[in-house]
Amino acid sequence: MKFLAEYRDPELAKQYLQEIKNTVTQPWSIMEVCGGQTHSLVKNGIIDMLPKEVTMIHGPGCPVCVTPLHLIDKAIHLALQENVILCSFGDMLRVPGSSKNLLEAKAEGGDVRILYSPLEAVQIAEANPSKEVVFFAVGFETTAPANALSVINAYRKGLKNYSILASHVLVPPAIECVMEDVDSHIDGFLAAGHVCTIMGNFEYYPLVEKYKVPIVVTGFEPLDVLQGILMVVRQLEAHKAEVENQYARIVKEEGNLEAQKMIFEVFEITDRLWRGMEIIPMSGYQVKEKYADFDATKKFKIEIEEAEENPECIAGEIMKGIKKPIECPEFGKKCKPTNPLGAPMVSSEGACAAYFHYSGLVEEY
Amino acid sequence: MCLAIPGKIESIELQYNDTVRMAKVSFGGIIKEASLEMLSEAAIGDYVLVHVGVAISKVDEQEALKTFKYLEEIGELGELEDVDDYLPKKKE
Ligand code: SF4
Repeated sequence: MKFLAEYRDPELAKQYLQEIKNTVTQPWSIMEVCGGQTHSLVKNGIIDMLPKEVTMIHGPGCPVCVTPLHLIDKAIHLALQENVILCSFGDMLRVPGSSKNLLEAKAEGGDVRILYSPLEAVQIAEANPSKEVVFFAVGFETTAPANALSVINAYRKGLKNYSILASHVLVPPAIECVMEDVDSHIDGFLAAGHVCTIMGNFEYYPLVEKYKVPIVVTGFEPLDVLQGILMVVRQLEAHKAEVENQYARIVKEEGNLEAQKMIFEVFEITDRLWRGMEIIPMSGYQVKEKYADFDATKKFKIEIEEAEENPECIAGEIMKGIKKPIECPEFGKKCKPTNPLGAPMVSSEGACAAYFHYSGLVEEY
Repeated sequence: MCLAIPGKIESIELQYNDTVRMAKVSFGGIIKEASLEMLSEAAIGDYVLVHVGVAISKVDEQEALKTFKYLEEIGELGELEDVDDYLPKKKE
């Protein structure tokens, strides 16, 4: 009960918990897809307060964690080129590549810049016409509009020195991949609220149809997550499988149509490799041919070898919900945020980092 | 990085031959630019959810203040700060 007292509305949190306890009659496994929700669950101690019948399984919803090793190596390779300014979100900095991370590339002299927004990268490109500016465009659907807009802005400005290294991933195919895996047994999902703010809810109806699992679009604050869990449990106990929207105060059924238009101006859907998992069909965005000049994978001939993943890291099994971070033999031993063996230990949305920092399982930092 | 942070639109200016609206948004006093290109109905004084420099949804004031306070409490506002200043500089 460690963090409950700090909630804005501890009474309401208790009521939801009580209501979940009153409703549940048998064991259920529920996957929260979004890494932000994983953190909310662990950081606020919710995971320890749920009745024992409800097991929360942590999903693949951390874009930093699923960005393929090969692309990270490419970003590092680019960062070390004399004429390149490599821009990225801060979360990518410490993610291990095969031999180093971006922070180390920066210390070695690479021009690596951490930005809040890809739109700032376009300004950097404008200010540095003699340099090539590359933005490492990772993210789920939530981030795609901003990355697309950066390309559009560079196009409007007539810039020839801006490109993105895109590693976009999509939530619905990931849910499908988890459901198809024989080793994972998920009864219901919390879908990611901010992804649906952009894309709306319509992509989830076919999944509910096909797999007969409840999917509740959920926010990321503690009360949101608790309410989302309650809604899933109620459906499960009533043998229902529907799409519901817990986050209706933000998420509209159709999503943000202007943002969707922006995404599909620049991107098209493609197969994508998820780090630690596999190539998931139609699970990512790539830059359309029309904007090929802004696609770093086409602009630069980057020929580096495909490296092997660190065999000690079981991140793939963790992201599919087959294992928990504490079941990894290296968790808290060889693998710590200061010396991460895999991406889920670095990212602010990674499940291993959440367990390390907040679960009380590891004493020392 | 997947968070969207609520802030208040302080001012709006037009860019790219007046085709695009950019806003100055205040996040509890920290001012950042955000594109309103995907939220054409947003106006000065509105609260909006901003994700990596793009306003993606309107929110009501109560909701915005509540969420902002939560993000502040759990220490998730770091991405609004200029982290780049704290990183090791290139060795000359
Ligand atoms: S604890 Fe470390 S080694 Fe184990 S799965 Fe997580 S990131 Fe990989």
